[in-house]
Amino acid sequence: MGIIKASKLIFDYIRRDEEDNIEEIKRAIDDVSLDIEAGQFIAILGHNGSGKSTFAKQLNAILLPTEGTVWIQGLDTSQEENLWEVRKRTGMVFQNPDNQIIGNIVEEDVGFGPENMGVPTEEIWRRVDESLNAVGMAPYRLKSPNRLSGGQKQRVAIAGVMAMRPQCIVLDEPTAMLDPNGRKEVVKTVHELNKKEGITVLLITHYMEEVTDADRVIVMDEGKVVMDGTPKEIFSRVEELKSYRLDVPQVTELAYELKKEGVDLPDGILTLNELMENLMPKFDGHLSNEEALENGGDHGH
Amino acid sequence: MLKDITLGQYYPVDSFLHKLDPRTKLFGTMVFIISLFVVNDIRAYLIATLFLASAIWLSQVPLFYMVRGLKAIVFLLLISVSFNLFLTPGEAIFRLGFIKITREGIQISAFMGVRLIYLVVGSSIMTLTTTPNQLTDGLEKSLNFLNKVRVPVHEVAMMMSIALRFIPILVEETDKIMKAQMARGADFESGNLIQKAKNMIPLLVPLFISAFRRATDLAMAMEARCYRGGEGRTKMKPLRYGRRDGVTYLVFVLYLAAVAGVRFIG
Amino acid sequence: MGIKVEHLNYIYGQGTAFEQHALKDIDLEIKDGEFVGLIGHTGSGKSTLIQHLNGLIRGTSGAIYFNGKNIYEAGYNMQALRSHVGLVFQYPEHQLFEVDVFSDVCFGPKNQKLSKEEIESRSREALTMVGLDESYYKRSPFDLSGGQKRRVAIAGVLAMRPEVLILDEPTAGLDPKGRDEILDQIERLHKEQKMTIILVSHSMEDIARYVDRILVMNHGEKVYDDTPKEVFMHYKELEAIGLAAPQITYVVHTLKERGIPIDTNITTIEEARDEILRLLSK
Repeated sequence: MGIIKASKLIFDYIRRDEEDNIEEIKRAIDDVSLDIEAGQFIAILGHNGSGKSTFAKQLNAILLPTEGTVWIQGLDTSQEENLWEVRKRTGMVFQNPDNQIIGNIVEEDVGFGPENMGVPTEEIWRRVDESLNAVGMAPYRLKSPNRLSGGQKQRVAIAGVMAMRPQCIVLDEPTAMLDPNGRKEVVKTVHELNKKEGITVLLITHYMEEVTDADRVIVMDEGKVVMDGTPKEIFSRVEELKSYRLDVPQVTELAYELKKEGVDLPDGILTLNELMENLMPKFDGHLSNEEALENGGDHGH
Repeated sequence: MLKDITLGQYYPVDSFLHKLDPRTKLFGTMVFIISLFVVNDIRAYLIATLFLASAIWLSQVPLFYMVRGLKAIVFLLLISVSFNLFLTPGEAIFRLGFIKITREGIQISAFMGVRLIYLVVGSSIMTLTTTPNQLTDGLEKSLNFLNKVRVPVHEVAMMMSIALRFIPILVEETDKIMKAQMARGADFESGNLIQKAKNMIPLLVPLFISAFRRATDLAMAMEARCYRGGEGRTKMKPLRYGRRDGVTYLVFVLYLAAVAGVRFIG
Repeated sequence: MGIKVEHLNYIYGQGTAFEQHALKDIDLEIKDGEFVGLIGHTGSGKSTLIQHLNGLIRGTSGAIYFNGKNIYEAGYNMQALRSHVGLVFQYPEHQLFEVDVFSDVCFGPKNQKLSKEEIESRSREALTMVGLDESYYKRSPFDLSGGQKRRVAIAGVLAMRPEVLILDEPTAGLDPKGRDEILDQIERLHKEQKMTIILVSHSMEDIARYVDRILVMNHGEKVYDDTPKEVFMHYKELEAIGLAAPQITYVVHTLKERGIPIDTNITTIEEARDEILRLLSK
């Protein structure tokens, strides 16, 4: 059994009217079984409303299964006595950077988790120092969170989770409210934590560029896991992704389009380099001398 | 810009007063306020003035910042001074028609004015040298005894500190909502009072909804970080008294004794 | 006639420690019927600029002409300007407040003091333009999905019948399909209603296939103002200011560098596919 395991997980949102009668039941997670290996970088993709955020909240016992079970390192999340242990082991980072920072000063916010866990003062300081260094926010430790950029705020939130020494971090669309620079900043930080500290990462997102380096990509739709594989495998199924309201990086789409027109390229090209390596040989013998000469001249026209 | 609003009015320097434990400063402020109600004699006022002057000097905060706080009470000051000046009975030294000023009136109104000014300056020394966080921590720790009578001191302190963090965010958000509605032709300025209140609805509804949403999000984030109230919680920055706090407490006690001595012994 | 901006400067907190030159000597003209993309990273001044265009922020110096009239002239009707130059802010949550979708959209025309019939017919028209049918009219705006909320917010501004529509990052937080749907809808407004549109974004990829012209802002200055093709030629400079050209630009330029005589004017996947196929078929 891996670090996270879900078996036949079902979750219903139940809406009740004033008299507590059930008004509406919405199935947000529908029979999901997953096993996640420790140390991996997992990306969960899905459009808004696909159930991916609901799934994330199951991993931290913020929501409990309606049916089925979730285990974090063998601990059943629905057992009352496991609650705090589960929350210590899986840290959560949420979408809105403003709504998860509690402290009025960066370092105090990072210390919030360990304070709640009853960690002794000296140990809190050690953890705060380490976590701030790990996310590269140490120079800002005495600043007010209100003065930081979105990307920096999310890094503080990640540091706050790191200070609790979790085995696994779940990030629920941490980049949805950031600009492209902030997005890169956060994704880079998370990758570093995964590589250097060996922390298992579950990144939930709908930005395709962010998942190309993941070890495993899981696609959710209508509360079900509909695709599960390496980025290469997933991105070779362009039409299928589009049917789930998702997208592929432009390079991948171009390669796919060319392949459809008969150009012999491998499936699931993810990067510019990969495309070049495979595309360049195809031009051999197609270029006349005249064109090569013209090419030496101006650019474009 | 709205982001630059600082709550309270902390003045960041590293003075003797800044380094004191917030509890010491809370106690000192309380002592000073009590003393102002005890004094009734020019000698006692001199002692209080000396005490306040040395506190200002020790705080290294420019006097301008202390006086700024007085602007808010100018009106109150004028009213209470003039009431005392004109309405105190006694030996008249100036008379114009039905208006008369008495010797007692001058004395009482002068004392009253000084008392109010000292009160404001004294408490602003506290807020100028203590960050809102330290203040909250200090209050939490000082009022801990209330826990025994089931007052949720930790929770109240936590609420205060969260409010401190979110007020600037909500102020900024108010500005954004106002602009979004103004772009749709909303008018927040003209009209009578009732109309103005009605015009606020397009501002207040989105603001409340957003505040509730932030509150739910925050509660979830706090739970996810193992928050479960004050019990079993440790502190990253526990309050610890130092030697300077001991000395300061001694000064407070001496000061209070001196003021009381002047009043009761003569 | 459109909008003309001349030597516009905006300095906030003048004389304080927080003084910042948010807009520096902006010159700009937007003609009727144009579809313009405004790009820059956070803090580049793009949001500040658009708020000048409908008079929400007043410039420190310079002038803005709308249909030939200087909006800073004494007695200029700002209220009317705001209905001619419609501005939709980034988060629909900042403007939705009514009990149902229809009443919310009515808010703008109501402020224009129109008759009840006129208010309702404009609101109906606006909702149709953004693709929301009558089944949505009585729904609470707060129960809608992110993409639907955005449509209602856009309709709320369209109902004022603006000549120019400015949208501040209308796709933020939407999933890829939701993003495409909103952008397609905006494109239809441009094509069918002949509306002048200014689309603010920080993603080149999003707007490359829609706009005729791109304005790039950096540190309060206008650094580029040209067709997408011309602007993307400067992809190295764009990178230096924290922006990036669409991936396709990199593909084309890399091929060119490696000696393939490809047309570097290409900005979309379809164009790149056809050009590569053409070269391969020789």
